[in-house]
Amino acid sequence: MAEAKVHNHLLCFHCGEVCPTTNISAEDKHFCCEGCKMVYQLLNKSGLCDYYSLNENPGLNQRIPVRKDKFAFLNEENIQRQLITFTNEQQTHITFYLPTIHCSSCLYLLENLHRLQPAVISASVNFTRKEVSIIYNHNNLSLQKLAELLTSIGYEPYISLQNLQNHKPATKKRLIYQLGVAGFCFANIMLLSFPEYLGLEAADIQLQGIFRWLNVLLALPVFFYSALPFYESGWKGLKHKFLNIDAPIALAIIVTFSRSMYEVISGTGAGYFDSMSGIVFFMLVGRVLQDKTYQQLSFERDFTSYFPVAATLVKDGAEVPISLPEIKAGDTLLIHSNELIPADGICTRGKACIDYSFVTGESLPVNKEMGEMVYAGGKQTGGAIEILVIKEVAQSYLTRLWSADAFKKNSEPKSVSFVHLLSRCFTTILFTIAAFAATYWALHDSTKVWNVITAVLIVACPCALLLSNTFTNGNILRILGRNKLYMRNAQTIEDMANITHIVFDKTGTLTTTQQQEVIYEGHTLNKYQQQAVASLAAQSSHPLSRALAAHFGHLKRLSIEEFHEIPGKGIEGMVGDDWISLGSHSFIVGASGAIDHSTKVYVSIDDKVYGCFTLRNHFRESVAPLIKTLATRYRLSVLSGDNANERSTLQQMMGENAILLFNQQPADKLHYIEHLQESGERVMMIGDGLNDAGALKQSNVGIALTEDCNNFTPASDAIMDAKQLSALNRFIRLCRANKQIVIASFILSILYNIVGLSFAVQGVLSPMIAAILMPASSLSILLVTFGSSNIAAKLLRC
Amino acid sequence: MSAIVILLIASISVAAIFLAAFIWSVRTGQYDDEFSPPQRILFDNKPSSNNSNQ
Repeated sequence: MAEAKVHNHLLCFHCGEVCPTTNISAEDKHFCCEGCKMVYQLLNKSGLCDYYSLNENPGLNQRIPVRKDKFAFLNEENIQRQLITFTNEQQTHITFYLPTIHCSSCLYLLENLHRLQPAVISASVNFTRKEVSIIYNHNNLSLQKLAELLTSIGYEPYISLQNLQNHKPATKKRLIYQLGVAGFCFANIMLLSFPEYLGLEAADIQLQGIFRWLNVLLALPVFFYSALPFYESGWKGLKHKFLNIDAPIALAIIVTFSRSMYEVISGTGAGYFDSMSGIVFFMLVGRVLQDKTYQQLSFERDFTSYFPVAATLVKDGAEVPISLPEIKAGDTLLIHSNELIPADGICTRGKACIDYSFVTGESLPVNKEMGEMVYAGGKQTGGAIEILVIKEVAQSYLTRLWSADAFKKNSEPKSVSFVHLLSRCFTTILFTIAAFAATYWALHDSTKVWNVITAVLIVACPCALLLSNTFTNGNILRILGRNKLYMRNAQTIEDMANITHIVFDKTGTLTTTQQQEVIYEGHTLNKYQQQAVASLAAQSSHPLSRALAAHFGHLKRLSIEEFHEIPGKGIEGMVGDDWISLGSHSFIVGASGAIDHSTKVYVSIDDKVYGCFTLRNHFRESVAPLIKTLATRYRLSVLSGDNANERSTLQQMMGENAILLFNQQPADKLHYIEHLQESGERVMMIGDGLNDAGALKQSNVGIALTEDCNNFTPASDAIMDAKQLSALNRFIRLCRANKQIVIASFILSILYNIVGLSFAVQGVLSPMIAAILMPASSLSILLVTFGSSNIAAKLLRC
Repeated sequence: MSAIVILLIASISVAAIFLAAFIWSVRTGQYDDEFSPPQRILFDNKPSSNNSNQ
C-alpha cells in the first residue's frame, strides 16, 4: 500500500496523471509514459516550455499511441480538396477541429506551431469553436505530416465524414446588426424627443419641425430593417394558419409607425417613434439573449459526424486509403485496432472483438470469428481485421436508422409554446376593448375614433409578454449552461417542464462505461496473488481481462513466462513459481454441466480453483437518489440493449412501478417512445449512444448524456454532462419555475397596460405618457425576470 | 438656433461612427472568440521566435 501512496504523489509533468513508475524522466521531471516525455523533449528543444508555466500539467496523455498511417488518407487528392479552404502555389489554408483544446497553454503551443515546424506560416486558434486555422507551405509539408505533427503534440484533428459533406454554416449575424441599428436609433430618438416632452417655447417652433423630421429619419431603419424578424415570423405563422405572438407585435409596430408618420406629416403631433424603436430594441435584446447558442456544440449530428472520412482498402495486396462514400460492396477493408467499422461486412481475417456499446447498447464487446457478420458502427477492440464489404455505407444497418420516420421530420418545433396561446387571448381581449372604445367615440365624437383605435393598439401590443418570455428563457438557458446542461433552444425549457414520463437508456447512461464493478467470491487472494492475477490479465486484450487489469490497476506488475491465450476459453501463464489460469467455468473448473456466464472469470493457481470474479456494470453513484426523487412525480422506464441479467438489481433501484425492457434494438426504442406518446404521455428520453438516436429524436425532450461535451453526441434537444445527472431533478424544477416567472411578469405588465389603456380609450394618450410607460414596463419586466429566475436557481442550488 | 442644429449634427455623427465601429467589429468576427485574444496578449514573444519565423 505504501508504494501506491508514493505513486499517488508522483504526477506526470506533462499530463498530470499518476506515474506508474519512476523510470521515465528527463531533467528531473517525471512522466507517465514515453509519449509524454517525447512531447516535453520536443517542446524543450524548440524553446516552447512556456507551455508548462502557463498552466500546471497542461498536456494530454500520450499513453495510447496513434497508429502510424492513420492520416494517410489525407494524401488523397479528392479528400484534400474538400478539407482545404484555400490554396495557391505558395501556401495552403486549412481549418482543423481539435477537440482537445482546453486551456491557454494549448493556445500558446498551437499558435507557436511555426517554431516546431518552419513550413507552418501561421496558426490561429478559435477557442470557442476549438478550431485552429493553419496556413502552411505545402511544398515543404504535406497535409498528412501536418496532421501527424498536431497529433504528436497531443492535438489530434477530428476529421469526420460530415466534414466532407457540408461545411459549417456561418453564424447568424443579422440579428446583431439589427440590434445595433435599433439601439443607435432608439437612443437618438429618445434624445431628440426630450424637447417635445418638456415643451418648447413658441419661438422655437421651427426647431420642433427639425426634431420631428430627424426622428422620422431615424425611425426608418428601425421600421424597415430592425423590425424585420417580427414581420417575417408573424407572416410565416399566418401562412401556416397560426397566429403566433409576433403577428400582433408586427401589427402594433406598423400601426404605431403609420400613425406617427401621419401626425408628423399633418403637423398634429410628434408621433410615438421613441416608444416604437424602444420596444423593437428591447425585444431584439430578448431575442439575442434567448437565441444565444453554444457554438462548440452541435445538436444536429447524425452518423456522418461519428464516422471517419476514410478507411483502408486492401487492393491487390496493397493498402490504400479510400474515402467512405466510395466504398463499394465487394471491397476488402482493413480495420485497425480501435477503428470503426464503416460498412456492414463479413469478417474475413483476424479475430473481431467488436464494441457495439455505442450502437446497440450492449455493454460488453462481442467476439466474432471469421465468416461472421459485422455491422457498421462497431469499434474493433482487438488486433487488426479484414472485412469484406457487403453493403455500402449508406445502406448499412446503422445508417438505415436515420431514414426512419423520426429523422425525416424537419426541424420544426415539436410543440407550441404557451406564450402564443396567451398572446392570442390577450389580442382578442384587446380588439374587443378597441371595438368598444371605437363605438363609444363614434357615438360621441367621431373625430376621435381613429385616434383611440390606434392608441389602444399601440399601448397594448403583447410585447411585454414577449419580453418577459425571451428574457426569462435567456436567463434560464444561461443558468443551465453554467450547470453543463446545454439546450438546443428555449422551447426545450418549456417541453422539459411539461414532461410526464422519463425514459432512461441503461448502458452509458445509468451505468458508466469507463468503470466496471468487480466482485470476487472464493478463497481470499493475498497481495502477491492479486499482483499475479493482474499481471496475467494485463497481457490479454480481451475485455474481461482488461476490466480485471483495470480493477487491480494500482498494483505493481510482475513478469510473466509462458503466456498462453486460448481463444474463447481463457489465459494462463507462469508468474514466479506459480501457474495461474484465468477463464471461463468450463476452462478452469471443468465441464461439469454449469452454464458459462459471460461476465464471470474463474481463477486457479497451481491447478487449485480459488474463486471467481464477477463483472458487473457500474451504476453511477448519483443514480439511486435521483431515481428516488423522480419516481415521486414521474413514471419511469428503462430501455436497455443489453440482456436481462441485471433485471432484479435494476428493478430494485428503479422502484416497483418502473417499466424495464431489455434486448431493445434502436428501432424498438423509437417505437416504445411513440407508443407512450400515443397514450398521451409527454416523454423525456435520456440516452447517450447512436442506438438511442431515434428515441431521442422522437421524444418530446431528448437529452444526450456525455462524459465530455466535445465527444460525439447523437442529435438531441439538449446535451448534458454526465456528472450533472444527479441534478436532473433540480433542472426540471427550474424549467417549471420558468413558466411561473413568465406569467408573473406578464401580470405585472398587464398592470402597466391597464394604466396605458385608460389613457388610450379616453383619447388622451400623449407621446410623453407612452414614452414613460414603455421603458418603465420593459425595465421592471427585466428586473423581475432576471431577479426571480436567479432566485429560483439559487433556491434549487443550480 | 443654428448652434443647436450644429450640435445635433455633431452628436448624431459621433453616434453614427460608433454604430459603424460596432458593425465593423461584428463583421470582422471580434466577438466570435472571447477567450483567445485576452490570453494571446499575455504571451511573451521571445525574439528567437521571430528569428525562426523569418
